[in-house]
Amino acid sequence: MNLLLDGLLVLALLWSAWRALASPDLARAVVLFIVFGLLMALAWARLNAPDIALAEAAIGAGLTGALLLDALGRLQPGTGAPAPESPAQPPANRAGRRWTGSVALVAGLLAAALAYALFQLPAPTVRLPEQVAANMAASGVDHPVTAVLLNFRGYDTLLEVAVLLIALIGLLTLGPAAGRPAAPGPANPLLKALARLLVPLMILSAGYLLWAGAHRPGGAFQAGALLAAAAVLLHLAQLLPAWASPGRLLRLGLAGGFLIFLGVAAALLAEGALLTYPPAQAGGLILLIEAGLTVSLGLILAGLFLLFAGAEERP
Amino acid sequence: MLEALSALLLLAGAGFYLAGTVGLLRFPDVYARLHALTKADNLGLGLTVLGLALQADSLAAALKLLLIWPLALAASATVSHAIARRAAGLGLKPWRPEEKRP
Repeated sequence: MNLLLDGLLVLALLWSAWRALASPDLARAVVLFIVFGLLMALAWARLNAPDIALAEAAIGAGLTGALLLDALGRLQPGTGAPAPESPAQPPANRAGRRWTGSVALVAGLLAAALAYALFQLPAPTVRLPEQVAANMAASGVDHPVTAVLLNFRGYDTLLEVAVLLIALIGLLTLGPAAGRPAAPGPANPLLKALARLLVPLMILSAGYLLWAGAHRPGGAFQAGALLAAAAVLLHLAQLLPAWASPGRLLRLGLAGGFLIFLGVAAALLAEGALLTYPPAQAGGLILLIEAGLTVSLGLILAGLFLLFAGAEERP
Repeated sequence: MLEALSALLLLAGAGFYLAGTVGLLRFPDVYARLHALTKADNLGLGLTVLGLALQADSLAAALKLLLIWPLALAASATVSHAIARRAAGLGLKPWRPEEKRP
């Protein structure tokens, strides 16, 4: 029974990935991409990786899907109607077909080489899962994923957050979005009501995920993604204006999580290595860092959507 | 007894999902398809969740499962309304049987 489910899941994943890439209709491709993200989240859940499943569903399918839909709305202003019968696919000539064939051949050979290399890999000499298990007591948390992300490999997470922040700053320097803004249109009253119902629940769930991260799947990234989704929902219901130019408070919020993380890392430099927490304070410090990250990641991810949604409101 | 009731609810839920999917594939226009999807799937989800809640380990888990239903109801009602409004705004006319017969 489980084999049947997994087999269907694999087939559906391959099918939706192929259709999302091959569909000439962009709207259909975006919807298929969202479907692919949701199926991918299911696959992670089946692989007993609920942390990744949560992140994939929230970021991969939800936020990326919303961004793609938004971009699509700007490309086809006004209607969002199914595109008229456009010659999206040029008639395949012989040279084009040969080109496609050689790309497919190279990609196939690369995939075969990677699969071969995977089976040739020597057995790992360091047993990472056992090392993590042996050091859990000193990590300050009970959930191994959180222990690795925020303690044993905390500097990876620190740099990841820095990359996200730099990406957002880079986007800000680009200035107003080019292209026609999506038509605002009157707000859907039902959507407004739904946003008023769901957003408090989403904020509550984000707080829960942040707190739960210490001893079960959850944590700052998932909680931040949920906060960002709530902000996007509020914006779509026209309850939250776009952030045309972020003010001082918003800038502080965007950078705050990274600054707290960096501050903790700097304060602990005396311990010898980067981000080595004293075991007694590890739990509290991790919660502090994760709380800051939740707010900042939520603002950064929402900013990807909201900073540019306001392009039409600028002078 | 509980197992049998749960199985019955799950099967009924699957039946509603099947009916909704057949409707989605076979109905003539976007309004009818929305009707099939939201009506049938909302009931299907309710029955499925109820069936699963009967098998839950604890009361808390059962209540969490049951909480999914009203949330999905609210979301699906809003989304289908938005789609129907968009379709009406684009000027799509509801399908009429007499237009079908030449």
